[in-house]
Amino acid sequence: MYRVEQHPILGDAPKVRRVKIFVDGQEYEAKEGEMIAAALLAAGISTFRYTNYKHKPRGIYCGIGRCTDCIMTVDGVPNIRTCITPVQDGMRLQTQHGSGEWQRGDAHD
Amino acid sequence: MRMIEKELVIVGAGPAGLIAAIEAAKAGVDVLLIDENTRPGGQLFKQIHKFFGSHAHKAGVRGMDIGTELLGETDKLGIEVWLSSEVCGIENGHDVWVIRNSSETQYVHAKKIILATGATENAVSFPGWDLPGVMGAGAAQTMINVNRVLPGRKVVMVGSGNVGVIVSYQLLQAGAEVAAIVEAAPFLGGYGVHTAKVCRAGVPFYVSHTVKAAYGSERVEKIELVRLDEKFNQIPGTEFEVEADTVCLATGLTPLTELAWISGCQFDFVPALGGFLPIHNAQLQTTNPDIYIAGDIAGIEEASTAMEEGRLAGISASAALGYISKGDAEQLTDKIWDSLNALRSGYFGQKRRDAKDYMLKKGSEVIVCSTC
Repeated sequence: MYRVEQHPILGDAPKVRRVKIFVDGQEYEAKEGEMIAAALLAAGISTFRYTNYKHKPRGIYCGIGRCTDCIMTVDGVPNIRTCITPVQDGMRLQTQHGSGEWQRGDAHD
Repeated sequence: MRMIEKELVIVGAGPAGLIAAIEAAKAGVDVLLIDENTRPGGQLFKQIHKFFGSHAHKAGVRGMDIGTELLGETDKLGIEVWLSSEVCGIENGHDVWVIRNSSETQYVHAKKIILATGATENAVSFPGWDLPGVMGAGAAQTMINVNRVLPGRKVVMVGSGNVGVIVSYQLLQAGAEVAAIVEAAPFLGGYGVHTAKVCRAGVPFYVSHTVKAAYGSERVEKIELVRLDEKFNQIPGTEFEVEADTVCLATGLTPLTELAWISGCQFDFVPALGGFLPIHNAQLQTTNPDIYIAGDIAGIEEASTAMEEGRLAGISASAALGYISKGDAEQLTDKIWDSLNALRSGYFGQKRRDAKDYMLKKGSEVIVCSTC
């Protein structure tokens, strides 16, 4: 919905294979290899997490991996910078609350 | 712990780091270039506009095309590049601690190090500045030009400097609407050529104005602007609202200096160049004689300056390693300084030239140069 498909300088967006990602259990389409944050913005999602104490919404801020405002829980691992982490087919993203929780019993123990 | 040896480690594969690596590799140095991103090029690929300056500085060429050219050269020279690799520390002035792919620790013992870590965008705080939809102008630029997604439909740009006007124009090119460009100073800050383009597109400019607040529940829905007096105080009663879902902050950059601090480099505060900077000399050597800097970490400027500084640091480090003779190095660096001085001239450049001269004087006082 927010994708830039045509561009006067960059031309048409390259044709890229689509993959499936899951955001809080709901399925969305993403472009293979694009950053998670980009896939979410394209899907119309701008809140990626809520803060610990005041539960205020947060989204992208610096877009280059410096500020850590856009972190989410990705495949059970919290605090992943979504603006510099590419999507993978079948990736499970969770809106993070506070500092998030490690998912037990996964491959990252 | 596994430790590998390298003659030269360069941290950051943006314009400065890439050129430094290319120069050193050409001289025969065994180089390792490290970057935390999945792709090298730093911020070049989001710069889809044509560069300024003279032809010698690649004026008229788009940033992204310079990026492609540099990556081609890096490839051709067979330079070793580690991507998705974060440098987390430098110990004993030489041992570079790297975490690769968020999982594997690696130490690299480097004879010489060039830090080309770049910069991060400054924030401006106002009520609601933490809402989703408020972001750095560079973040929006990355989203539209690299990731090809719009971060919002209707944008208020804060700051009328080059970044503010260039990103505003690129937001228009990407299909967004720019509701206003807001500037706290009583005059506009960007180059005329870019300011005029946005003006012609009908974007309203508000000088002596700032954002009073951003409102919204889950993201920005509305922005309140307010007029400022000559002392930058808000004038009550002059508030008005603008409908927008995004606020972009183009309010300057700060050098990313953590690794230089960790390595024990001495610093000085130079506001005209972005704040605290590692003290350096004309070889771009820091007070830690085996650590050099180049690009925004040596003072916030443009990519064209960063590339010249990369060349300078690459040559200086290669000379210190014995790959370029003292005489040749001097000749080469003299030429680069002429070029840098040309870039730092005119209405916009003189302030940076003066600040850089101050820094070099300081550098020559505190650094005992091993190669000059």
